Amino acid sequence: MFAAENGLKGDPRLEAISAAIRVVPNFPKKSFMFSRTGIMFQDITTLLLDHKAFKHTIDIFVDRYKDMQISVVAGVEARGFMFGPSIALAIGAKFVPLRKPGKLPGKVISESYELEYGHDRLEMHVDAVEPLERVIIIDDLVATGGTLSAAISLMESQGAEVVECACVIGLPEVKGQHKLKGKPLYVLVEPSGLDEFC
Amino acid sequence: MTTIDQENKKPPRSELAVAASLDSEIMATKEDVQDPRIPKIASSIRVIPDFPKPGIMFQDITTLLLDTEAFKDTIDIFVERYKGKGISVVAGVEARGFIFGPPIALAIGAKFVPMRKPKKLPGKVISEEYSLEYGTDKIEMHVGAVEPGERAIIIDDLIATGGTLAAAIRLLERVGVTIAECACVIELPVLKGREKLGETPLFILVTSDAA
Repeated sequence: MFAAENGLKGDPRLEAISAAIRVVPNFPKKSFMFSRTGIMFQDITTLLLDHKAFKHTIDIFVDRYKDMQISVVAGVEARGFMFGPSIALAIGAKFVPLRKPGKLPGKVISESYELEYGHDRLEMHVDAVEPLERVIIIDDLVATGGTLSAAISLMESQGAEVVECACVIGLPEVKGQHKLKGKPLYVLVEPSGLDEFC
Repeated sequence: MTTIDQENKKPPRSELAVAASLDSEIMATKEDVQDPRIPKIASSIRVIPDFPKPGIMFQDITTLLLDTEAFKDTIDIFVERYKGKGISVVAGVEARGFIFGPPIALAIGAKFVPMRKPKKLPGKVISEEYSLEYGTDKIEMHVGAVEPGERAIIIDDLIATGGTLAAAIRLLERVGVTIAECACVIELPVLKGREKLGETPLFILVTSDAA
């Protein structure tokens, strides 16, 4: 669900966050699968340059999760790493990185997920989460939900409970979807810049 | 271990000491007073033998991230050091620099700038090449992320040979940014990475002889 429909309607922070996100056309490549105009890449690096807007982003997530007894914030490599740790620190939770294959040095469990063409895998250290821990999973953007679904599977395989998945941006495919693999999905903003081209 | 040029700048350090920075605007820490938070931070780091290849003792900070007190202390030490010192940019090296950099940036009121492997950043980039054991790699930054005259710190989890940090320094200096300091959780002094950083000071929390 989008933050604006869930208690933050009219919150000026959401507008500031949206305005700080840059759209980069045709990255990583031109494609006509998603729209007539090609891929409009949502670049959050400009959000990270805007200290106020970046702080608003973290504050909104922290306010939401701080009283929910969350003991784990899991972040998806690499842009989930830019948001997750700040949230974890503020709510007193562990931060668990979910990484591409071969990066984590210890014993791992892994889950595959589908890409536009082919598959990839997401890995987590086996000792990172314990059964019954309450987890939120963070990424910068949710499109098809494939990566987040793999992350949910990793958590559930360890007996942990995914309380919610949280993303800064949600693509149109997820609008109207409140759940991902049966888990709640919380999104701050819709993609910027699509209106200019459609 | 220190060269003549660096003699005045790099005081001797004990194994778990907090290094003093020589930027005059940043307060030096007394060598004989160890920050009491350091031992817990050091013990929360797991060493994994033979990763990514035989003979390498890998310093795994993921266990530090699981220790809420140690992770908070790590960030607090960096924030205390850099807050109010005119640092407007925290640059973090992919990918573990992305874990430590943003919380520091937020706490000190600075921008966070990710420095990434090639082809990850979507906009126009500038890049800097650096040497690996075999071959080269590149580090990239968005054009326009920083402005001339800004003061930056560069964050990574660990300094080994110093190749990546040296490339990051060169990249920022090319666009007119001053690097006040490089900051890492861990140093492997036996690999002499500090020597690659030239005039730029290096601040560490923990040193390890395992390399």
